[in-house]
Amino acid sequence: MSAHPVAAPVDGAFEPVILGFTCNWCSYRAADLAGTARIKYPPNVRLVRLMCSGRLDPSFILSAFAQGADAVLVSGCWPGECHYQVQNLKALKRFQLLRRVVTGLGIEPTRLQLVWASAAEGQRLANEIGRITEEVRALGPLGWGGAAAAGPPVGAGAEPPGVASAAPPAVRDLTEVPA
Amino acid sequence: MSTQPAGRNEKVGVYICHCGSNIAGTVDVEGVRDWAAENLAGHGVVIARDNKFMCSSTGQELIEKDIAELGLSRVVVAACSPHMHEKTFRGACERAGLNPYLCELVSIREQVSWVHTDKAAATAKAKAVIAGGVFRVEEHAPLEPIRVPINPATLVVGGGIAGITAALELADAGFPVHVVEREPSIGGHMAMFDKTFPTLDCAACILTPKMNEVGMHPNVTLHTWSEVTDLSGYVGSFTATIRHKARYIKADLCTGCGICQEKCPVKVVDQVYEAGIGYRKSAYMPFPQAVPKVPVIDGPNCTYFSKGTCKACEKFCPTGAIDFTQQDDEVKVEVGNVVLATGFELFDSRRIEQYGYGRLPNVFTSLEFERMSNAAGPTNGRIVLRDGVTEPKSVGIIHCVGSRDRNYNAYCSAICCLQSLKFAHLIGEHTDATVHNFYIDVRTPGKAFDEFYQRVLEEGTIFVRGRPAEVTDALRLPDEADQEGRLIVQVEDSLAGMQRRIPVDMVILSAGLEPPHDAKETAHRFGISCSSDGWVIERHPKLDPVATMTDGVFAAGCALGPRDIPSSVANGAAAAARILGRIQQKVMSLEPVRASVDESRCSGCRICNDLCPYNAILFHEDQMVSEVNAALCQGCGTCVAACPAGAMSGTGFSDAQVMAQIEGLLSVTATGEQRLPHRLLEGVPA
Repeated sequence: MSAHPVAAPVDGAFEPVILGFTCNWCSYRAADLAGTARIKYPPNVRLVRLMCSGRLDPSFILSAFAQGADAVLVSGCWPGECHYQVQNLKALKRFQLLRRVVTGLGIEPTRLQLVWASAAEGQRLANEIGRITEEVRALGPLGWGGAAAAGPPVGAGAEPPGVASAAPPAVRDLTEVPA
Repeated sequence: MSTQPAGRNEKVGVYICHCGSNIAGTVDVEGVRDWAAENLAGHGVVIARDNKFMCSSTGQELIEKDIAELGLSRVVVAACSPHMHEKTFRGACERAGLNPYLCELVSIREQVSWVHTDKAAATAKAKAVIAGGVFRVEEHAPLEPIRVPINPATLVVGGGIAGITAALELADAGFPVHVVEREPSIGGHMAMFDKTFPTLDCAACILTPKMNEVGMHPNVTLHTWSEVTDLSGYVGSFTATIRHKARYIKADLCTGCGICQEKCPVKVVDQVYEAGIGYRKSAYMPFPQAVPKVPVIDGPNCTYFSKGTCKACEKFCPTGAIDFTQQDDEVKVEVGNVVLATGFELFDSRRIEQYGYGRLPNVFTSLEFERMSNAAGPTNGRIVLRDGVTEPKSVGIIHCVGSRDRNYNAYCSAICCLQSLKFAHLIGEHTDATVHNFYIDVRTPGKAFDEFYQRVLEEGTIFVRGRPAEVTDALRLPDEADQEGRLIVQVEDSLAGMQRRIPVDMVILSAGLEPPHDAKETAHRFGISCSSDGWVIERHPKLDPVATMTDGVFAAGCALGPRDIPSSVANGAAAAARILGRIQQKVMSLEPVRASVDESRCSGCRICNDLCPYNAILFHEDQMVSEVNAALCQGCGTCVAACPAGAMSGTGFSDAQVMAQIEGLLSVTATGEQRLPHRLLEGVPA
């Protein structure tokens, strides 16, 4: 099996923190399988287990961004394979809407990604985590509203222009969601 | 960082497992322990410990002792996946008098040490994962498992040898079993075989008594020519919908005399039981020993259905059992558990064009050869070419057709080596033909398998190591001129180190096993997972080989992957044993993961109503509120996420719990530093 090439972290370079939402039946088990098979992927992702991707409240994602996540990964069973029949399709609908919302808030769409992974796809999940990590590493920290001040040092020129200025009013809205 | 909300006074114990060197090799366990004790004190952590193996009795005793002595009210164990040891640590808490749902197991093995190599980064992530667990567990509440009664009836899907074994074990123990079989008779693939390797037992002689036993058993209800179209409910109380396809024969009147079959004028190539090399009638029983002994009329091929005349069967049936007006009907059965024994399908050898199956008449598949070698088969056991008369003088058997081949299936089909050896032996027994076996490796790991291989070697079978490149009837070399009408197997003999062209009269493709074509739909219908190949995924490949991830659904035989008859039988019996254990207990505990509505907050918007695929949400028109039926709710939480009023809550995965875990996971930076709360978040309620 060919592992996704994992770039070695450079000292002091920006390392993103990515929050991943997994479902109990497919993608969390894919992560377990990746572990059992000792498939390597970057340590930047931290996973939350939900029973179903349908449980994913959009406010979880907004809260994650508000608290310093540089990206959020949403994962679940493949369409047609949901343990709860069709709930992943409801997650998909919410995801699409939410992606538009976060884009409107000045968050690059790359920072919110959806990956379907069956319980057998440990390798695929690992590859996707590797890909997303690299994309977000290239993007730099989520640079709005002073997050950079609280987060790790910013890579030179990594901060996307225009994002920080667009953000402050949006952030205020965001923080009210997870109350 | 934030601390415990005022008024909360939880005492949290954190336990970090080394798992030998599995975790400790990549994560600085002692460092994480000290960090947790110091940095998570604000979240109630009063003790943080590490242990070589937390799952050992000494590890568990640590937790029990601390609960007793320190009065812990919450426990976080950082070790393997919750799918591995959640029960273990919940058990430890329960023994010490702490509600088991106040324990949280976070994975720093499958999700940290085994997938990362950089020790500093892995240690930082372990800290974040533990913080996530500690923040989350503060929000936990004591829960009681849902106790569900176990219906003693079982549904067995598939009437091959695995399903038959499971059904008999359960029925003999005194419990009702419903066996559903797609074909008109139970028996499965085994009923097609003549001999079984390596003992050369007659397959029918050992199988038919079992089939009869199932057919006659007072505790077994047979549903042949039927399919399960739906399964609802949960472990202990499933409702299965079984569709009985119209047989056009009244089973209660039919005596199985076979006159309808004899009088039926329509001959059809039997693609199922005769593997396409024999015929059956339109009114037929697949084979004489069929169970039940009730034929079916194959509607699409019946003259009466296509032309409106004939009815020969009806004319001659001595008991008046023919009924052309029969319709498909559905029955619902209540069962507590399910065994999926849905078997396999043979790899379609047409996909490997260079072997010529379907184009070159004298290329046969393994199942065709099984039928040919069967004394009750279309040739009465004579091994002949496609013309039906000529005995081959030379036969080539190609192993691993569609198996161990990246272009088709990467896996080994497990049975083909021994099957090919059996074929070589049977050809030697029935003909004077020379037999060439073309193999990559001969794998003989079973009991008496290698002895059988030696026997076949001694009988004079020739073994050529190499995967053939081609089977052809094109004569290319001058010295092949006298081979007109024969087949040439082109192979690189990797032991002799040369290309060879070996002329034979007949080629048998030892085709691999594949999941049934509708395996994915079956998996979906029964709420289980399949590997990318389509085989059912076991709950644990070594320690729980017949259970699936879905409680109450078990699998046996080739549904789990290619295997031989003894393994299928063992699986069937194992699944039955697992189910019997549950039936004996009469009730089972389920995770209390359910949604519920706070009626005082429900605005009656009904957004949740249509989201539930189980119709578990009722709407009370009079009070304008929704209510969740806990018996129907499966706990996915989609409605919880959707409720705009926050009136819907999910036990075990509440908003507060998930939000706290998110906060915890993000409270540590990628380098393991404490992340300060976002300055814009100051003053915002968490």
